Amino acid sequence: MKNNQGFLYELKKHRALYILMFPGLLLMFINNYIPMLGTVIAFKRITYGKNFFETYIKSPFVGLKNFEFFLKTNYALIITRNTVLFNLAFIVIGLILAVTAAICLNEVLSKKLFKFYQSSMILPNMLSWVIISLIVYSFIADKGFINSLLTSFGGKESIQFYNETKYWPFIIIAVQAWYFLGTSAVIYLSTITGINPELYESAVMDGANKWQQVWAITIPMLRSTMIFMVMVSLGNLFVGNFGLFYNVPRESGLLFDVTNVIDTYVYRSLIQTGDIEMAAAASFYQSVVGFVIVLVSNSIIRLVSKEDAVF
Amino acid sequence: MKTRFAAYRRRSPGVFQITINAAFLIYSAICLGPLLLVLGCSLSRESDVLSSGYRLIPLNFTTDAYRFLLGNGRELFQAYFYTVFSTIAGTALGVIIMAALAYPMSRKDFRPRNKFSFYVYLTMLFNGGMVPLYLVYTQLIPIKNSILALILPNMLGGFYTLLMKNFFAQNIPESVVESAEIDGATTYRIFFTMVLPLSKPVLVTVGLFSAIAYWNDFFRNMLLANNGIINNLQYLLYRITVQIQVINQNPDVAASFPGGIPNETARMAMAILVVIPIAVLFPLIQKHFVRGLVAGAVKG
Repeated sequence: MKNNQGFLYELKKHRALYILMFPGLLLMFINNYIPMLGTVIAFKRITYGKNFFETYIKSPFVGLKNFEFFLKTNYALIITRNTVLFNLAFIVIGLILAVTAAICLNEVLSKKLFKFYQSSMILPNMLSWVIISLIVYSFIADKGFINSLLTSFGGKESIQFYNETKYWPFIIIAVQAWYFLGTSAVIYLSTITGINPELYESAVMDGANKWQQVWAITIPMLRSTMIFMVMVSLGNLFVGNFGLFYNVPRESGLLFDVTNVIDTYVYRSLIQTGDIEMAAAASFYQSVVGFVIVLVSNSIIRLVSKEDAVF
Repeated sequence: MKTRFAAYRRRSPGVFQITINAAFLIYSAICLGPLLLVLGCSLSRESDVLSSGYRLIPLNFTTDAYRFLLGNGRELFQAYFYTVFSTIAGTALGVIIMAALAYPMSRKDFRPRNKFSFYVYLTMLFNGGMVPLYLVYTQLIPIKNSILALILPNMLGGFYTLLMKNFFAQNIPESVVESAEIDGATTYRIFFTMVLPLSKPVLVTVGLFSAIAYWNDFFRNMLLANNGIINNLQYLLYRITVQIQVINQNPDVAASFPGGIPNETARMAMAILVVIPIAVLFPLIQKHFVRGLVAGAVKG
């Protein structure tokens, strides 16, 4: 009772603050919290009602049936494998490229060239995945740039990129790396420029060459940023970049084996094939495993070095 | 940025400078080149593209593809309208609502502030997924196939809200707020006339990221407004890449394009029309964009 009074008193005292927060709290409730509760649909056989509540009430509980069906399709394995392996590749390759690019960019002496390189590298990040898909298409289409080059150098037949799975792991990884390299490099670069120059000066006094400076000073100073960036990506280990995986392979069914990820599978099941139960099961599985991964990776970081934990 | 020119770097050997500059020049070409390839195709004759493939420099320069798109321009102009409107409305509303949500959490005299921060934070950790979200926006708040479908679902971000909260907590001096309160200013007045103007950097940062996301969004359109009536630029471009007929509904046009009805080239031209506003604004926004990236990476 006393608690309740305390709450009412608080509400009255800060009425204006609550009114300010209200639209945001409400929108987040609708956009994030109701869907969180709504994940229970994964345990139901979905029967559409006239409205949201009716749909939820009318749909009978079927326990783990949806998951059984989902796991029986060979999609479950394929989309999990693709999502996780691609993301791991993105994390490792992205980290190496971005740190290398940031260290090298920091060595560029001309201020004008530095700005030019930085702007060019960021540019892909400004483009939508629909545009990126067209760009990739103009390179690897039947009449695309690469095939034009090959034929002009005496190649006999053009390569049908959109029909052959063997090229796609490389294409996907290259496109993703190209898209994000600039922005990640900028983040690492900001840490590098924050390093106290005296550290380098005393290293030079001790006779350290550039390579030794990078290994002994720059990389250790980048550690926190690297852990932070890897943590954020690890938290998304089960999230496939929908824009990338849906647009860039241009929905070529022949490529699904290597390009279908959880997110594209959920979308296709929900909208295109109407397997809403499959979609719900896959999306619930993704949410829960993703959440567990966030918690686990953070507690590992906490064990290793406490100050780098995100929460 | 001054530290980049610290003493130790002046000893860089010439060969080293040449090597890294060469590497970055090549990589810059890899970043800019593809867009130039798209531009080159969009200015080519359709028949040239079909016979000799995509080229950086058109064999025969023509603006056919653009004339074709503008000749069938109604959908294009509508798409511009949908994109511009949803970008401006969604960004403006989103930034104000997020700031209003974040401000109380930054006030030290507001006791439950941590509870509300957690409410926002949890949205970043756990995501209900596509299916419940779809049910919410088709059944609970039936905005399917309305312009709200392009605006509402991605208006707020938990991360941006917390970014604002941290900015307010660090940059709005408590003493200023207190003395304004003593002078009789209401909380609303303080928020709108003091907090918001003092927080321009973070509002610009969040607004910019939000605007880019709106401009580039095709997914909400595809998921929640796919009856073909509401098409923003990205979704129209997506539909054209799947099926050029989306825009070519007028049989008379064929006669006016002796080089073949633009098809491949029209897609490329459409891409250029979608990118132009971003390309024009890029020099202006990139400074803020870089600042925002850095601010976002410094954990709050």
